[in-house]
Amino acid sequence: MSQTSIDPRSLRAPPKRPIKLSWADERIRGIFWQVVVVGIVVSIVWWLWSNTVHNLEVRRIATGFGFLNREAGLPIAESIIDYNPTNTYLRALIVGLLNTLKVAVVGIILATIFGTLIGIARLSKNWVLRTLSATYVEVIRDLPLLLQLLFWYAILQGLPGPRQAMHPAEGVFLSNRGLKLPWIEWEGAHSLALLAFVVGLVVTFLYRRQAVAKQITDGVPRHTWPVALVALVAVPLAAWAALGAPFTPDIPALRGFNFQGGLTLSPEYFALLAGLVMYTAGFVAEIVRAGIQAVPNGQREAAQALGLRPGAVLRLVVLPQALRVIVPPMTSQYLNITKNSSLAVAIGYQDIVSIANTTLNQTGQAIEGIAIIMLVYLTISLSISGFMNWYNARIALVER
Amino acid sequence: MSEAAIPTAARSAPITLVGPIAWVRTNLFSGWFSGLFSLVLLFLIVKWTLGFIEWGVINAVWSVPNNQTQACRDLKGTGACWAVITEKHRFILFGTYPYEEQWRAFLSILVFIGLFIVSAMRRFWRKELGLIWIGALTTIGVLMWGGVLGLNYVPQERWGGLVITLILATFGLAFAFPLSILVALGRRSKLPAIKALCVIYVELIRGVPLISLLFMASVMFPLFLPEGMNIDKLLRAQIAIILFAGAYLAEVVRGGLQSLPRGQYEAADALGLSYWKKTGFIILPQALRLVIPPLVNTFIGFFKDTSLVLIIGIFDLLTAGKTAIIEPAWQGFGIEVYLTVGFIYFCFCFAMSRYSQNLEAELNQHRVR
Repeated sequence: MSQTSIDPRSLRAPPKRPIKLSWADERIRGIFWQVVVVGIVVSIVWWLWSNTVHNLEVRRIATGFGFLNREAGLPIAESIIDYNPTNTYLRALIVGLLNTLKVAVVGIILATIFGTLIGIARLSKNWVLRTLSATYVEVIRDLPLLLQLLFWYAILQGLPGPRQAMHPAEGVFLSNRGLKLPWIEWEGAHSLALLAFVVGLVVTFLYRRQAVAKQITDGVPRHTWPVALVALVAVPLAAWAALGAPFTPDIPALRGFNFQGGLTLSPEYFALLAGLVMYTAGFVAEIVRAGIQAVPNGQREAAQALGLRPGAVLRLVVLPQALRVIVPPMTSQYLNITKNSSLAVAIGYQDIVSIANTTLNQTGQAIEGIAIIMLVYLTISLSISGFMNWYNARIALVER
Repeated sequence: MSEAAIPTAARSAPITLVGPIAWVRTNLFSGWFSGLFSLVLLFLIVKWTLGFIEWGVINAVWSVPNNQTQACRDLKGTGACWAVITEKHRFILFGTYPYEEQWRAFLSILVFIGLFIVSAMRRFWRKELGLIWIGALTTIGVLMWGGVLGLNYVPQERWGGLVITLILATFGLAFAFPLSILVALGRRSKLPAIKALCVIYVELIRGVPLISLLFMASVMFPLFLPEGMNIDKLLRAQIAIILFAGAYLAEVVRGGLQSLPRGQYEAADALGLSYWKKTGFIILPQALRLVIPPLVNTFIGFFKDTSLVLIIGIFDLLTAGKTAIIEPAWQGFGIEVYLTVGFIYFCFCFAMSRYSQNLEAELNQHRVR
C-alpha cells in the first residue's frame, strides 16, 4: 500500500498562545468555571461535614469502627461459617457478606442458564414455545422485583407445614420450612476430588490453548477430549477412590415436627433466589436474543458453504460474534443481580445489608454502617466489571 | 388453436403451502419432536389456565360481610379471596388519606395519567410542554396538600398508595432529567475538574444499590443538617431517588452525545457559536432524539424501583398492599393483593414499553428501506 500523502501543515503542532488574563481567553474562562464549581461542591460537602460532626457531638455518638470488635448478640438464621450471637459484629458482617455472595453467585449462574434457554426459545420455529417465552419476558420485566419477591415469599409461607409437605420425589420436600433436598455427607475425599476437578479444568484449558496454537502452525487437528476425560473425570474419581470412596447419602426425613438431615434451602433464601433468577432471566433472554439476531445470516450460510458441521457453525462462527454483542449488557445484568440481592432485607434473608442495618440500629453507628454497605458493593461491582472488561477485551473484534 | 391464447386464472397455491393448515404445519408441527412438544405445551397451558380460572373466578369469594373472613378461610386455597380487594381497595390506592377527601387523591392520579399521555404525544413536544408540566404538578400539589380554595389541609404523613408511587416517579423524573443532562455534558467536558466530579458521582451511585442510598436518606441525612432543621421523610427519599436516577439517565444521555458525528460539533464551532448555544441548538436536540427509546426503558426501571421505598417505610402502592394484609382478619391473602398491585404496576410499565417500541419504529422510519 502506498502511503497517502499527508498535508505537512496538519502535522505541525498548533502555535502556543500565551495565556492572556482576559475574559476573552477560553482557557481563563475554563479555569474560572472549574474554580467556581469545585468551590461550590467543596463548600456544600464542608457544610454537611461540619453539621455532621456537630450533631454527633451533641448526640454523643462515638465515631470509628471500634464497635466491630464488640459482641454482636444478634442471631443469624443461616450461615456458611460457624457463628453464634456471642461473636463480634465483624464476624456477623462477614456472615452477611457470605450470604450475599451465596445468593449472588448461584443467582448469576442460574439466571444465565435459564435466561439463555428462554432467549433461544424466543427464536424457535415453534409458535407455542415462541409466544410463551415472549409473554414471560414481557410480563416479568414489567413487574417490580420487590413485588415478585414478596409474592414468592407469600406463596412459600402459604405452603402446608412439614407434616403435609409436598413430596414430589424421594427425599425432596417442599413446605413452609423451605425446600429440602437429598445430599451426601461431605468428607475429606469429596473436597480432594473437587480440588482435583478444579485443577483438571485449568489443565484442560491450558492444553486446549496449546493444541490450538500448534494447529495454527502445522494445520494438524488435535483432540482435546482425551485429556479432558482424564483430567476432569478419571483423576478426581481416582482421588475419591484412593480415600476409600466414601458415599453416605443424607436423605431428609420427617422426625417429629420438622425434617432431619439433607440440604436445606430456607424459605427466605429460596424466595430471594427464585425471584432474582426469574426476574433477571427475562432481561438475559432479551440480551441473548439480540445477540443471536445480530449475527447476519450470511455468516451462517458462509460457514455451511465451507462445509462446517452445524455444531461447528455455532461454536466457531455464530457464538464468537454473538458474544461480542452479548457480553457488555450481560455484565450490567450480573451487577444488577448482585445489587438487587440487597432486597433480601424486605423478606428477612440476612444478607450484608440486613445485618449492617441491624448493626446500625443496635449501635447507632449510622455512618459507619452505611459506609460498610457501600464499600462492600463498590468492591463487588468494580471487581465484576473489571473481570468482564478483561473478558470483553479478549473476545473483542481485533481490527488492523 | 385459439384456446391456447385464452389466459387462464393463476392456480391458487397448494393448501400445504398457504392458509391456516400450512401455518399450523410450519409453526406447530414442523417435525415429530416439535409436534409432540407443541401438544404437551398446549396441554399444560390449557390446564393451568383452567386451574387459574377455577381458582380466580369460579371458586373465588368476592365480598364478605364486615371482616368475617371465615368464608375465605374455608376455601383452603382452592379459590381466591378477592374480598380482600373489595374491602381494602381504597386503602391500597390512597393509603391513610382522609376517607371523605380521597376524591382529591383520585383526581391527582387522573392528572398524572393525563400528563403522561400529553407528554407522550409528539405534537406536544414543544417548549410549552414545560409549562404544562409546571401547571400539572402545581395542580397536584394543591389537590394533595389543600389548605387553599376551601380544601382542607392534609399533612404529608397521611398521603399514601398509588399517588405516592406516581409522585416519587414523576417528580424524580422531572428533576433527575435536567440533572442528568448537566452531568452527561460535564462528563464529556474538556475541563478536568468538572469531568472528574461527574465521573465520581456517576460511578459512585451506579456502584451501590438504591437501598443503601435510601438508608442513607432515612438514617444519615438527619445528621447532615444543622440542628433544628428537619426535612420530611418523603422528601428525603425523593432526593435519594433523584440522585440515583440522575446517574443512570446521565449514562443514557452520554450515549446519545457520543453517537453524534463529530462533524456536528465541528460545524457548530465553525459557525462561531458559544458552548451553550452549540449545546442547546445543535447537539442536544439531535442527541436526545437518538436516546428517547433507551430513556423510556430507564424510566420503566425507575418506576419499578420506586417500590423500594417500602424498605424505609414510606407508604407507596406496594407498602399499602403489604400493610393491608397485616390485620389479623386478612392475614394470608398476600397472593391476591400482590396480584392486584402487580396488575397496576404492569399496566403502567406495559404502556410505557409498548410506547417505547412504537416510538423506536417511528423514529427509525427514515432508515427503513
